[in-house]
Amino acid sequence: MDKTQNNKAWFLVLPVLVLVAFSAVLPLMTVVNYAFNDTFGQNEFFWASLDWFEEMVTSDRLRDALGRQTLFSAIILAIEVPLGIFIALNMPKKGFWASLVLILMALPLLIPFNVVGTIWQIFGRVDIGLLGRALAAMGIDYNYTNDPLDAWFTVIIMDVWHWTSLVALLCYAGLQSIPQAYYQAARIDQATRWSVFRYIELPKMKGVLLIAVLLRFMDSFMIYTEPFVVTGGGPGNSTTFLSIDLAKMATGQFDLGPAAAFSLMYFLVILLISWVFFTVMTNLDREENR
Amino acid sequence: MRIKTSAIVMTLYLLFLLVPIYWLITMSLKTNTEITSTFSLFPQSITFRNYGVILTDPSWYMGYVNSMIYVTMNVVISLTVALPAAYAFSRYNFMGDKHLFFWLLTNRMAPPAVFALPFFQLYSSVGLFDTHIAIALAHTLFNVPLAVWILEGFMRGVPKEIDETAYIDGYSFGRFFIKIFMPLIASGIGVAAFFAFMFSWVELLLSRTLATVNAKSIAATMTRTVSASGMDWGVLAAAGVLTIVPGALVIYFVRNYIAKGFALGRV
Repeated sequence: MDKTQNNKAWFLVLPVLVLVAFSAVLPLMTVVNYAFNDTFGQNEFFWASLDWFEEMVTSDRLRDALGRQTLFSAIILAIEVPLGIFIALNMPKKGFWASLVLILMALPLLIPFNVVGTIWQIFGRVDIGLLGRALAAMGIDYNYTNDPLDAWFTVIIMDVWHWTSLVALLCYAGLQSIPQAYYQAARIDQATRWSVFRYIELPKMKGVLLIAVLLRFMDSFMIYTEPFVVTGGGPGNSTTFLSIDLAKMATGQFDLGPAAAFSLMYFLVILLISWVFFTVMTNLDREENR
Repeated sequence: MRIKTSAIVMTLYLLFLLVPIYWLITMSLKTNTEITSTFSLFPQSITFRNYGVILTDPSWYMGYVNSMIYVTMNVVISLTVALPAAYAFSRYNFMGDKHLFFWLLTNRMAPPAVFALPFFQLYSSVGLFDTHIAIALAHTLFNVPLAVWILEGFMRGVPKEIDETAYIDGYSFGRFFIKIFMPLIASGIGVAAFFAFMFSWVELLLSRTLATVNAKSIAATMTRTVSASGMDWGVLAAAGVLTIVPGALVIYFVRNYIAKGFALGRV
């Protein structure tokens, strides 16, 4: 749509600007302040220049958390994206079943994060959980509170359970936009199932798939509540991801300086990814309007 | 043959999704002795005691009330400021519009953990700590951008000729917006409200940081029970089931917009 040039439109966005400035910019400035200063309480600050950043960049703790976080996000994407596409291809296209499947699939997406954690905490327990019991019955030594590998397994399968539907729903929305004529043409050409997927369905899903990948990456990169409830970051530090580590540092130990420096670097990474996201979105909009 | 394989795939996937939820529900209907001593797929004797505990104990049900209060406040605030802004973004070019739009997105993407401590200090210093409005305002951080993005997506679908005709007919901006434009994007407003509700309802970190007693959310109530006694599984499961109910009730109305909402209005 053609938009008119009108700078008075600023008045319409002013309320948003004021509100978000209050709830985002102001706190962020506090973070910046802490990141460059040291304090012994009583609001006395000493200039610490880049000390906190140096400390954070060189600390093992942060590097380990970042490593775990990256591994986690990579595993999540490697499982959820192919699985989501696969599910989307198998979803019923219309009618009663389509509605029912849609509603049931959306259910995990709308469960509060901490309840997702609670569900899996209960489900995976060896003494009272169905999953824990079933695995034990199969003779697998599984205990997510003691064994780091089992904890990872639990956290990953929980995230797959929670978010695969999102990827599937987005792909499904992309698939719905393919005209029937494309499939008919493919049938006349006697295309195989694979080439239908490769040359018709995948290109049409490209846009939504990009959004799905970016959303899943962002959200898994900031994951806090679910692993916090299930494992509390443990056993040891094995499931302490970036956000959990940051919250521990800031509100648990009140190491304000390092935590703030950490926050800023974390935020810059997020900013970079958001920029990629934004560029993808606006390019998609432009293609759509052509 | 193809129909059959896809039916099998879907059945398996839905089972995977529903079994953990089923387990939570059966557990909420069992007594604690049954949970810990025996192992059964179905509750042997259905009990509603766990729900009774939650609905009669103020420290439990006030969690729901508090959550409801700040979530409602948040939805109202988010939509009120987002509606005019989304209109501006969908209709006009103005100085810095693209940058502003991008900046809003970064707030939706910002990790709440970064903001937890500054929020705590900000709201403590203005005397709003442990109030509903503090949590509602904190949640606007990600809900306002979300609402703007979703609403903008819906508003773009309304042809601009409608605005122009209304102005020619002598409508003022305010009257046009409320009388003509808002009914046209009613479904968009509904979807935006739903998602603002949802994301505020599911958030734990900020609501836990900003409240201790008076505005303590149900999410925070649940985690503290886990760490303190940790043994009343039946009540915990019942509380979990009760938090799923609001989402499950309205899911039917937004089923066709769910992908759009999660993708920030862009599908």
